[in-house]
Amino acid sequence: MQNNEVYKDINEDLKWAQINKDVLKSMENPRKGYWISVAVCLFLIMFAVVGEVYQYQVGMGAANLNWPHMWDLYIATFIFWIGMSHAGTLLSAILHIMNADWRKPIYRFAEAMTTFSLMTAGLFPMIHLGRLWNMYWVLPYLTDRGIWPNFRSPLVWDAFAISTYLTSSALFLFIGMIPDLAICRDNARGWRKKLYTALSLGWRGDDRQWRNFRRTYLIMACFLIPLAVSVHSIVSSDFAMSIMPGWSVTSFPPYFVAGALYSGCAAIITLFILLRYYFRWEEYMTIAILEKTAKLTFAIAMVWTYLNLIEFASVWYGHSAADKEVLLAKFSGPYAPFFWGMIFCGSVVPFALAFEKWRRHLPTMMVVSILLNIGMWLERWMIVTPTLSLSYHPIAHDVMWPSWVQWFIVLGSFGWFGLLFLIFVKVFPAVSMYECKEMVLHRRELANKEISPVMANNPGGGASIGGGSPAPGVANKSPGVEGS
Amino acid sequence: MKKCRILGLFGNFDDAFAAIGDFKNKKVDGITVDDVTFLSPIEHPDIDDVLGPRPSVIPKVTLCGAAFGITFGFLFLASAQSNFLIQPQGGKAIVPLPSNIVLTYEMMILFSVIFTVIAFLVTTRLFRKRKSLYSEKISLDQVAIEFEVDEKYIDQIKGVFKDNHAVEVREEVQT
Repeated sequence: MQNNEVYKDINEDLKWAQINKDVLKSMENPRKGYWISVAVCLFLIMFAVVGEVYQYQVGMGAANLNWPHMWDLYIATFIFWIGMSHAGTLLSAILHIMNADWRKPIYRFAEAMTTFSLMTAGLFPMIHLGRLWNMYWVLPYLTDRGIWPNFRSPLVWDAFAISTYLTSSALFLFIGMIPDLAICRDNARGWRKKLYTALSLGWRGDDRQWRNFRRTYLIMACFLIPLAVSVHSIVSSDFAMSIMPGWSVTSFPPYFVAGALYSGCAAIITLFILLRYYFRWEEYMTIAILEKTAKLTFAIAMVWTYLNLIEFASVWYGHSAADKEVLLAKFSGPYAPFFWGMIFCGSVVPFALAFEKWRRHLPTMMVVSILLNIGMWLERWMIVTPTLSLSYHPIAHDVMWPSWVQWFIVLGSFGWFGLLFLIFVKVFPAVSMYECKEMVLHRRELANKEISPVMANNPGGGASIGGGSPAPGVANKSPGVEGS
Repeated sequence: MKKCRILGLFGNFDDAFAAIGDFKNKKVDGITVDDVTFLSPIEHPDIDDVLGPRPSVIPKVTLCGAAFGITFGFLFLASAQSNFLIQPQGGKAIVPLPSNIVLTYEMMILFSVIFTVIAFLVTTRLFRKRKSLYSEKISLDQVAIEFEVDEKYIDQIKGVFKDNHAVEVREEVQT
């Protein structure tokens, strides 16, 4: 491990041309591990397809979904993926507004995570519906068939909030990528050249474009933050606005938002380590940045732990017999191993992040981040299922275990997300080249170094007035234009 | 008089800013800093000081988007709810304000973002055919100053570029 990796977010002597070269080259030439991951994702998707086809043929009973357990892993995993989507907002929007420039080399893939995890989450209401041919019924549109959306229902709010979030985050990802797409356009060949030319929209980097770009990006960041909070608050309302024991808790919205940020941060660490390895991005995804992300994750883990305790205390002191029964059942009932697994992974494991030595050790961080995400997935399951197994009426008391169909589809969702993400990082620059250049500029200013040595820097000479050779692919004259 | 476009490429920001300083100091009569188009791989933090304030209409458009989102969002929901007479309301309000506030809030954000993006696309003049001189080095590690001026200024501008160590100068004459 090099010293600059440990102590610096980025090497300020990195030449700008080198940044372009490194990132563009890596997109063409990932390590073998990348292709193995693609194969694993495809394999997982096959599981989901098998499960879904079987469920489609046999009916929802194949998933063990039956009253009172109408919601189970599908809804738990839906919440998990919605939560995961908060990673991009946190790393990109919140840290952007706070001027935390260490986010720059890693925010792009976090934004991509947001978009793809929302796309993955969006599949679950359809899968949960069972009758796929009626999937458009979940959309809150007005019809003359007598099926009108109940605007008072948080489920309809979900549809509004998630579609707004998906639209906004996809636009945020795309807008932030335009200058890098122009770099790709200027260097690519073949189909990539055509793709980047279309997507870069004619960006050339003039002062008007940069000025408006910055304003747009900042404004969108400002809107994404309250939007992200509202999305997960609304998802929590699916539970908190019901009268089910264990769900009707006032602290649910902040608890959900903290959980979302937590799982998002943990996933960022996992993907950080994988991308760093796949694409040889040691110069950009540095240990210093990983440490900062880990510290942020630790802080959020403690917030989440505190909110968990608050929830338990509210139930305990609330003296609602049904709520207490659900809580005690979580501690010692049939789902207790999963509940304590959640507590261990979500509240104990993060203490590993408090140690500098482990924060800098990639294999440890990989294991920790995966455990954190397992904990966060268990959290969602432990929200949904124990309550449904111990409702107010004894007739509704029923312990249910998900069938293989549910497990296959849940596993497949990880494959689906992974595949979308891996395709994205192969086709688009997952490290923001222009922002790495900005970072180098700022770090050099802080170190009282001139920026010239990392730029083209040809002061005082070499001027080929009127006769400079154009860059490859650029004509100095064009039809109807007279050259000098 | 024919219109010309001229572009000077510089190896670093200092040389380019020095050239802009010369245009600010009226080294070329008839050319001011307002005529300068500055192209760069990043937005330099001092660019506003160098070029002077150049306002953007995007925040205003965003505000319009937010106002539209609130108005349209609420009216859309309220009109849908008012027209729906089949579902039993059970004594509840036909237009429920608490839930409509949540949905109107989402619509406000959605339309604010959409208006902002549209304003960005329009004000940055994207989607236009690239008529200007362009060098791929600008997306790499060089900066450039571009003018669209009468032909009579070209030699003087070239001189300023040369004095400030331009790496390359390109020009086009419109026929």
